Order: sequence, then structure tokens, then C-alpha cells
Amino acid sequence: MASRRTLQSLVRSLVIAVSLCGIAHAAESTLLNVSYDVSRELYKDINPAFVAYWKARTGESLSINQSHGGSSKQAASVAEGLAADVITMNQSPDIDILVERGGFVAADWRRRLPHDAAPYTTTSVFLVRKGNPKQIRDWADLVRPGLAVIVPNPKTSGNGRYTYLAAWGYALQKSGADAAKDFVARVFANVPVLDGGGRGATTTFTQRGIGDVLVTFENEAVLIGKEVGEDKFDIVYPSVSIDAPAPVAVVEKVADKRGTRKQAQAYLEFLFSTEGQEIIAKHYFRPRDPAVLKKYASRFPAIKTFSVEGQLGGWKAVQQAHFADGGIYDQIITRK
Amino acid sequence: MAAAAALHAPASPLGHFDYQASPATREADWIRRTLLVVSLGFFAFFLLLPLVAVFVEALRKGWGTYLTALTDPDAVAAIRLTLLAAAISVPLNLVFGISAAWAIAKFEFRGKQFLITLIDLPFSVSPVIAGLVWVLIFGAQGWIGPWAAEHDLKIVFAVPGIVLATVFVTFPFVARELIPLMEAQGREEEEAAIVLGATGWQAFWRVTLPNVKWGLLYGVILCNARAMGEFGAVSVVSGHIRGLTNTLPLHVEILYNEYNFAAAFAVASVLALLALVTLAIKTFIEYQHARAMAATSEEIQ
Repeated sequence: MASRRTLQSLVRSLVIAVSLCGIAHAAESTLLNVSYDVSRELYKDINPAFVAYWKARTGESLSINQSHGGSSKQAASVAEGLAADVITMNQSPDIDILVERGGFVAADWRRRLPHDAAPYTTTSVFLVRKGNPKQIRDWADLVRPGLAVIVPNPKTSGNGRYTYLAAWGYALQKSGADAAKDFVARVFANVPVLDGGGRGATTTFTQRGIGDVLVTFENEAVLIGKEVGEDKFDIVYPSVSIDAPAPVAVVEKVADKRGTRKQAQAYLEFLFSTEGQEIIAKHYFRPRDPAVLKKYASRFPAIKTFSVEGQLGGWKAVQQAHFADGGIYDQIITRK
Repeated sequence: MAAAAALHAPASPLGHFDYQASPATREADWIRRTLLVVSLGFFAFFLLLPLVAVFVEALRKGWGTYLTALTDPDAVAAIRLTLLAAAISVPLNLVFGISAAWAIAKFEFRGKQFLITLIDLPFSVSPVIAGLVWVLIFGAQGWIGPWAAEHDLKIVFAVPGIVLATVFVTFPFVARELIPLMEAQGREEEEAAIVLGATGWQAFWRVTLPNVKWGLLYGVILCNARAMGEFGAVSVVSGHIRGLTNTLPLHVEILYNEYNFAAAFAVASVLALLALVTLAIKTFIEYQHARAMAATSEEIQ
């Protein structure tokens, strides 16, 4: 009998637990921003600023939800039905795929916002251990035998892809395509572990203490110094690097259905406003607005950059030549 | 697992027999010591040390940081979602587990072996697959996804998807615990009850259920622990929307990736505490049960 009472009270408490948890959230307009891995801190600051701006302009209360993860994986989730109103990625192939798979995003998304719909750019830089004991100054140093280079996997992360392309572009400018292939092969022969995403690579380098140099985005490199200790690492700017713009787009299929298109568009436009650009600069992303860039010039040392669209023939060609199955990246990895 | 359940049964009211008292069954001193040192050392290293580490790391930056991490709205939402997923999947498991075990142990029917194999399926597939199947079925490009989208039903990347994935991975726990136990007990007692005039329902409540309650409890606790701790399957269907579809394990990962180590361990300590609370409840029920047993045996004497 005792057991019967226990069971009954168990069931009763479960029912109470379910009903307590089931209390619904208050109804108000929401936006979901699906983004890549290391933009969390940025959007944590952007969101409240936009909510206040939108409230002042229209009187409507908004709440903005965030989802972060490896950028290609996030794009795949949106294609599978993750109800994103906007996507904010770090490479345009992850937005293009949503045009191709089910028309989630308008084909001309690049022209719907200024600067090819990228509110900021960043670039690939080196993070080395304090005092730069291995004397790493430029891309050419990364191929030295015995050096351990930490890079996230170019197949799964935008960060890794830009690193790969930066090394490729450097060698291409120096000595042509055949030599470039050999050069990136030698760089990646020095990579002991390929982490899935930018943050994973950071943890490998800083927490596990593996590697002599981490190649990552400028904003991530600065953040590491601030979070883990500025006395432990130095940032090295190579002679030339890649321009890594972070494109954004409204997911029209979702926003139209949810009736949030106006808010979604305004949210993205806010990123290009002076206020938005200031927040972007504070997070060590290079803003587009020349005035804001000038104001924070001390944070952004001048560096010569080249872009995928300009110098490497565009994302489509790059994707096909380098990252498709059996492409140059696969060839150099298996050769090692 | 049935043996594990039996181990947890309270000591017999007839009292303990001390094996060390008799020279015939006494072990040599060094054997006893080695066994103790090896097993306790193992226990300390593999169970106690990680548990202590979680709490030490969680409190490294003091109680203030600890409490802030736990009262953060996203953390509260994660706790709520985790409890919700467990509160739905555990009762479902309870009902399914008992009925499946009852059917398998007490009746003969065609396809019984097949059913037993099927129950084990969630144990044998990787949790990532367990999550992906739901995306394949209910995703926008999936079988039922387009229909669900038309009817404004959100399944994957929302709470229902998380519950589905949790139910799937916890499916076998209760049934696996009960089937061997019920099979070992046979059906004589139920037959006796029926002969004495009990209805099927009475036989179930008064004979079958009391006989298997320790196994059942153990199954529920395991099921609950897995439901709260599941990472892989839930990660695939979650969509990682903060404050909405992040469960506790997912929230821990996010905090860790944000260099927020103290907060990550603080939230992890809540998971550990939830596990400890379930164990405490189990011990308490066992203790109550032992007292009740002792009382009845005294009455009989």
C-alpha cells in the first residue's frame, strides 16, 4: 500500500511540474537572429540597443533571441526549419545556400543593404605566445618545419576557410598558383589538430596550450587577450591578409510568414547606423563607417588586405576549386 | 541491471551474517586491504574527484558569481526546459516500460523477440542519429515537416522536438530494468491472485507492481538522469535559441565557449545537484520501505 501512495504522489508532483513549466511566455513581437559562433558577445550588445531604438521609433516592444553555432551548421538548421528572421554569418556561401535550398533568402540579398550586405569586416591575424619566442612575423614563417600552427577546420568553419584562403592569396601574390598549392600544403602539414570551429581552436591554443601560433580573426585574437590574459599572448599582423566581411540577410520566407519583415529589415539596417557601427567597433570588428573607423583607429592597425570577390575570383569559383570534394584542400590534406 | 536492483533491496529482517567472523569464510588481511584500497581509490578518482572539481570550479569566483550565473534568465529557462523534458519523458517511459515489460514477461505472442530487440534500439544508435531522425521527419525538408509548417506546428528547433529526442533516447530504461525482473518472478503469484478472485487490475496493483517496485524505481531514476543529462540528440534538434530551446547541458557548453568558466561550472553543479537529489529521494524511499518491512515483521512475531 505504501508503494501505491508513493506512486500516486509521484504522479501528482509530476503533473504539477509539467503545468508549472507549461506557463507560456508573454506574447510580444520576437525576432530570431541565427548567427555564427563567435559573434555572441557582439549581438549581446547590439540587441538591447536595437530594442531601445525600435521602441523609441515605433513604440513597439521587441525581444530578440539568439542562436549561435558553427556557421555552416547554423545555415543547415535554418534550411531544415529553424525559424530565423535574420541570419548573420561570417561568409557568404552560408547565405547563398539558403537561396539555393528552398528560397529562404532573396537571390539579390547582397544588394538589399549597403557594402554588399556586410556591416563589418575582420581579417585573419596571428596570435603567438608572449614575446613571440618562435619569431613568427608573416605567412612565410608558418611553413617552418617543426612549428605547430592551430587553425579551425576549413571544411566546417568560416574562420578556417578564411585562414586557408589568406595563406593561399599570400602565396599566389608572391609566386603563382603552383607554388601556392605547395605553400598551403606545407602550412597545413604543420597543423596538429583541426578544430571544428573558431572557438574550439581558441580553446586548444589557450587552454590546452597546444601550438606556437593560432591563426584566427582579429576580433577573436583581441578577445582572447582580454579574457585569458594580455600578458600571455601577442598579436602579430602579417604583411598581407584576407578581407573577411560578415554578411547579413533577412530570411524572407520566415519573416513574411511571421509578419516580422519590417522589424527584421530595420534590425539589419541598424547594424549600419552610427550607433550600430560604434558597438561593432567596440567589439574589435572593423566598421564600414569611415568616421567610426577613424574614431577607433588605434584598435585597427593598418593592414593590406585582398578579398575573395576581388582577387580570388569570387566565392563560387573558390568553393568549387578549393572546398568541393576532391578539391585543392582535399588534395593537400591527403598528401600530408 | 536486475542484479543491481536486487542489490538495492533492503537487508533481510533476519539480520546480517558476518562472513569475517567465521574462519571458514574469512579472507586474509592483505587481500581485504588490497580490495578496499583498489575499489575505494577507483571510486575516489573516477567519481568523487570529478564531482568535487565541478563544485570547486563553480565556486572559484565566490558565491556572488555562482548565484548570478544561476539566476540569469537564460539559465533559469534552461533549468525549466530540462525539468519539463524530464517531466514529460519520464512518465511516458513509466507507462510504456511497465506495459511493455508486462506484455513481454507475462504473455506469449508473435513478434515478441522483435519487440525486445526494438526496445534496445535507442541504446545502440548514436545520440546524434537519434536527433537527426527527428530533423529528417519533421524538418522543413523532411517527411512531415512541410505539412506541420502549413499548420503552424513547430516541432524541431522547438520544445516538442527536444521532448521527442529525450523520449527516444530514454526509451529502454524502465522496460530494460523490469523485463528480466518480471521474467524471473514468473506468473505464479498473479495466477494465485486471479484464482482467489482478483480482477486483472487488482492483480496488477497489488501483486505485480509491489513485486517490481524496486526495479521500477531504479529504472525511473536512470531514465530521469539520462533525460536531464542528454546532450547529443537534444543538441541536434534544439536550434540553440537562448532562453527558449537550450537545456542545461547545452547551456553549460555555451557558457564554456564564452570563456565563462565559473558560470559553466555553476550550471553544471545544478545538473550534478539534480542527480544527487534523485539519489537522495531513492535512498529515502528505500529507508521508509525498510522501516515498514521491519514493522510488519515485528507485528508477525
